[in-house]
Amino acid sequence: MGVAHPTEIRIEPGVAEAVLRLTVVPQRRYGIWVGTALALFLAFLIIRAFASNPAFAWPTVVGYLLHPSVMRGLGNTLMLTAVIMILAIVVGTVIAIMRVSPSPVLRAFAGLYVWFFRGVPALIQLIFWFNLSLLVREVSLTIPFVGTLFSVRTNDFMTPFFSAVVALSLCEAGYMAEIIRAGIKSVPSGQAEAASALGMPYRMILKRITLPQAMRFVLPPTGNEAINLLKMTSLVTFIAVDDLFYSAQSIYARTFETIPLLIVVAFWYLAVVSIMSVGQHFLERHFGRSDTRRDPMTMRFLRNVISLRGISR
Amino acid sequence: MSDVKDENRARFGVPADSMVFARGVRKSYGPLEVLKGVDLDVPVGSVACIIGPSGSGKSTFLRCINHLEKLSAGILLVDSQFVGYDLRDNRLYEVKDDLLCQRRAETGMLFQSFNLFSHMTVMENLIEAPTQVRRIPPDQAKAEAEILLRRVGLLDKVDRYPRELSGGQQQRVAIARAMAMKPKVLLFDEPTSALDPELVGEVLQVMRDLAESGMTMVVVTHEVGFAREIGDQLVFMDGGVIIERGAPREMIANPVSPRTREFLSRVL
Repeated sequence: MGVAHPTEIRIEPGVAEAVLRLTVVPQRRYGIWVGTALALFLAFLIIRAFASNPAFAWPTVVGYLLHPSVMRGLGNTLMLTAVIMILAIVVGTVIAIMRVSPSPVLRAFAGLYVWFFRGVPALIQLIFWFNLSLLVREVSLTIPFVGTLFSVRTNDFMTPFFSAVVALSLCEAGYMAEIIRAGIKSVPSGQAEAASALGMPYRMILKRITLPQAMRFVLPPTGNEAINLLKMTSLVTFIAVDDLFYSAQSIYARTFETIPLLIVVAFWYLAVVSIMSVGQHFLERHFGRSDTRRDPMTMRFLRNVISLRGISR
Repeated sequence: MSDVKDENRARFGVPADSMVFARGVRKSYGPLEVLKGVDLDVPVGSVACIIGPSGSGKSTFLRCINHLEKLSAGILLVDSQFVGYDLRDNRLYEVKDDLLCQRRAETGMLFQSFNLFSHMTVMENLIEAPTQVRRIPPDQAKAEAEILLRRVGLLDKVDRYPRELSGGQQQRVAIARAMAMKPKVLLFDEPTSALDPELVGEVLQVMRDLAESGMTMVVVTHEVGFAREIGDQLVFMDGGVIIERGAPREMIANPVSPRTREFLSRVL
C-alpha cells in the first residue's frame, strides 16, 4: 500500500503558457502618495520663503562666507575639536580601563568620573574652569624638605582657550570612556581567557588582545562623538574664545546683520559635519559588523562615484 | 627549583612520575560549592579523560589546574609545583603576576569555542605568546610555528584569519598555538563540543597524535569513544565529586556506580 511517488512531473500543454501570462499588480499605497504630495508642498513653501524673504539677505551671506575673521574662527573651531577629541580619547581610554579593572576603588573612581562629567552640563563645566582662579589663586608644587618647585598664578595659565580645552576634554572624556568601555565589554571574554592561559599578563592582554578588538566597536560611535563635539565647541563663545560662532557674533554685534551671519555659521558647521559624516560612513563600513542595515541614498551614490573613479583609473 | 619539587613530593606524597596532582580540591562561588573535594593523579605522558553531566564541575576543575580559577581549599600541583603559590613556612603565598604567567604558560589550554585571536592571522596567533611572553625572536618563533602547523596539517592556512577557517581547522590551530609554548601538559575543555559532527574526527586525530607522541593530557569530553581508545584513565564526575574512576575500557563496559551506568547509557 501507500501513495505512489511520481518520479517526474508532467506539465499539461497550455499550463506553462497560463503560468507565464500572469502579471503581478502592486498593492496601491494611497497613504504614501498623500504623504509624498504633502512633503513636496511643504518643501515648496519653505524654498519660497527662503527665496522671497529679503531679511535672509543672501548677498550679505555670500559676502561674509569667506570673511577673514570667519575663516579664523572656523580654523579655531576645527583646532579646538581636534585637540579636545585627542585628549578625550586618551583620558577616556584610561577611565575605561579603570572601569573594567579588578580593583573596586579604581572602578568606583572611574564610575564617579563618568557620573560627574556626563551629568553636569558642558556649559557649566566650561564657565567653572574659566573661573578657576576664584577657587584656586595659584597652583604650586611644594615638596617637604625640598621647597617649592614652581608656583603659577591661576589667571596666568587659565586663558579662555586653555580652559575651553580642559573643560570640554574632561567632559568629552566621560562620554568616550563609556564608548570605550562598551567596546572592551563587547570583546568575547574567551579572548582574554585564552591569552591568560598562554601566560600573557593583564597589561599585555589589554594592549595586544582586548583593545585592538574593541577598536572596531569603538570607532563608529567615536565618529558620532566627534560630530557632536564640533557643535559643542560653539559653547566656548561664552568665555570669549575666538571660534566660528564668536567671530560671527562679534561681526553682527557691530553691523546688526544677525540672520545672514547665523546662516554663514550654520553653513560652515553643516559643511564640516557633512565631510565628517562621509568619513564616518566609510569608517563604519570598514569596521562595522552589521552590513544588513540600509545605507542612506546619498551615501550609496557617493560610494558608487568614488568606486567608479577607482575603476576608471 | 628541583629541591622545591622534592620538598613537595616528600611533604604531600606526590608520586615521582606525577604531572598533575590534586588532593581535596574544593571551589565555591559564594554559597554555591562547585567542587567538593576532588583527588586526581595524572602521571607524565598519560591521558586522563573526565566525563560527566553539565554542571558536574569538570570544567571548573580543569580551570583550577592552570589557576584560571583559584581553589577554595585543597592543593593542586603541576609537575610537583604549585601554579599560583609559593609554599614558605606552612603558608601559601600568592606569586607575582609575571611568575604566575610563566608557570601558567607551561600548561596549555584548549577551549570549546577555540578562542583564536580574531584580529590576528593564524601565524600571528601562533607566535604571539612565544614572542611576547617568552621573548623568542620572531624568525625562530615562525620557524617553530611552521613545524607545528605542518603537524596539524594546516601549513597552507598561515595567512588566514580565524573566521576564514572551519571550526575543526580553528581548533587544530588552537592546539598548535598551545603547543607553541612547549607546555608540560595540555588541558582540553570539551574541545569538540562546538563542532559539526563531520569535523570532530580531524580534531580527535590531532589529539590522538599528540597522545601518541607522549604529551600529558587532561581532557574534559563527551566523546566516550575517544576516551575508550586514547584515555589511560577515565574519570566520571557528578555533583562536584569524582563518582568513579578506572581504566576506560573496563569502566565503560562494566560501570560500578549506578550513576555512571545511567550517564553512559545516555551518551553512548
